[in-house]
Amino acid sequence: MKPPPFHYHAPRTEAEALALLAELAPAEGRILAGGQSLVPAMALRVARPLHLIDINGLPGLDRLDVGDGHLRIGPLVRHAMIRRESVPGPLGALLDKVRGHIAHLPIRTRGTVCGSLANADPASEWCLVVATLGGEMTARSLRGERAIAAEDFFQGFMATALEPDELLAGLRLPLLADGTRWGFHEFSRRAGDYAQAASLVVMEVRDGVVLAARIGIGAVEDRPRRLPEAEALLIGRAPTAELLRQAAATARATLLPTDDDPTRPALAEAMIRRALADAAGIALP
Amino acid sequence: MTEALDVTLTVNGERHAVRVEARRTLADALREDCGLTGTHLGCEHGVCGACTVLLDGEPVRACLLFAVQAQGRAIRTVEGLAEGGELSPLQRAFIENHALQCGYCTPGFLMLGTALLERDPTMSDEALVDALSSNICRCTGYANIAKAVRAAAAEMRERVPA
Repeated sequence: MKPPPFHYHAPRTEAEALALLAELAPAEGRILAGGQSLVPAMALRVARPLHLIDINGLPGLDRLDVGDGHLRIGPLVRHAMIRRESVPGPLGALLDKVRGHIAHLPIRTRGTVCGSLANADPASEWCLVVATLGGEMTARSLRGERAIAAEDFFQGFMATALEPDELLAGLRLPLLADGTRWGFHEFSRRAGDYAQAASLVVMEVRDGVVLAARIGIGAVEDRPRRLPEAEALLIGRAPTAELLRQAAATARATLLPTDDDPTRPALAEAMIRRALADAAGIALP
Repeated sequence: MTEALDVTLTVNGERHAVRVEARRTLADALREDCGLTGTHLGCEHGVCGACTVLLDGEPVRACLLFAVQAQGRAIRTVEGLAEGGELSPLQRAFIENHALQCGYCTPGFLMLGTALLERDPTMSDEALVDALSSNICRCTGYANIAKAVRAAAAEMRERVPA
């Protein structure tokens, strides 16, 4: 179908965009960034914004900066711009791998990282990364700027802590120290489809023992999150196949899937097990 | 009905002055306002890839962009692939390798394939198959499409020595 009618606004400065958003948000006004989720939702008549504030013409919003131990991703950084060579250390390799799982090439050239976060689909890979690594979002409005931690940002199915007049002005991810190990796995029915279950694991191992571990799950509950019970099981122990199996089983037992698809818990456990195995660098059949 | 906007689209190097509603997608503007019906529309929500065009050299879904957003950008469509009446290497390879049956998805695959070849004609088979999974074809089973892109890549590699 065709998108429903709307009024189009193309601000030239961020100040102008924020003023428009403050004025139009109460009148069903929304930000248009990559549009790769919003425009299909409009075509399906699921979303009917009366005003779109297109931020694509704003200068300087597509910056990817590294400094102070963090990666900063501006609101117009497209999925395709997240590449191993632009981010140092293990985080670069991790994000490069995750990028390849996001939709398809022609969507990745246009869709934005921050747009995915603002959309907060439970199956979004970037949302899983932010929840697992503890990313920090910057929200900006005429009222000022505030930082929102990952655990506060995702509030439910496609719901975030952003106020209607707030622009998601950036994302900050902590860089990963050299030697940090990680694994990412997702199951989807076809390449590029929404994940049925996805897991990201990040681990620090020293002298054969797990010092720190983060286990994230996406596409299963109404929002992505870490699984603290399973993480706790790993700390101070050697990451053997048996321990990783136990951790994945513990993770499964703590999940609250949003649907009653009988395959979902098994898929989730399998993705967690595989991500754990990749992070630990062992083969787990 | 919302206000009409005056937009100039630069398609295959030619300027088209059109007057469109904001909700007019680039795909519809190409077909209805510019008369360039080579770009096809399948699903109209970004899944099938039939409407794939190049925007400043990058493959994009023309159904997920509004025409007004393409102002000032270089748009390439399937009509621009042949030069001086001569088909591009990829177009010829599609014919020679039977990479189409009904032809509905073909413009999208040609534009996607063109973008891939212009970026990196040496791309691995795995990367090629992954990239081609962007678009849907209901006739060929994809094998001959991948074969055609590989054939065109080989021809382009021969022409431009590394």
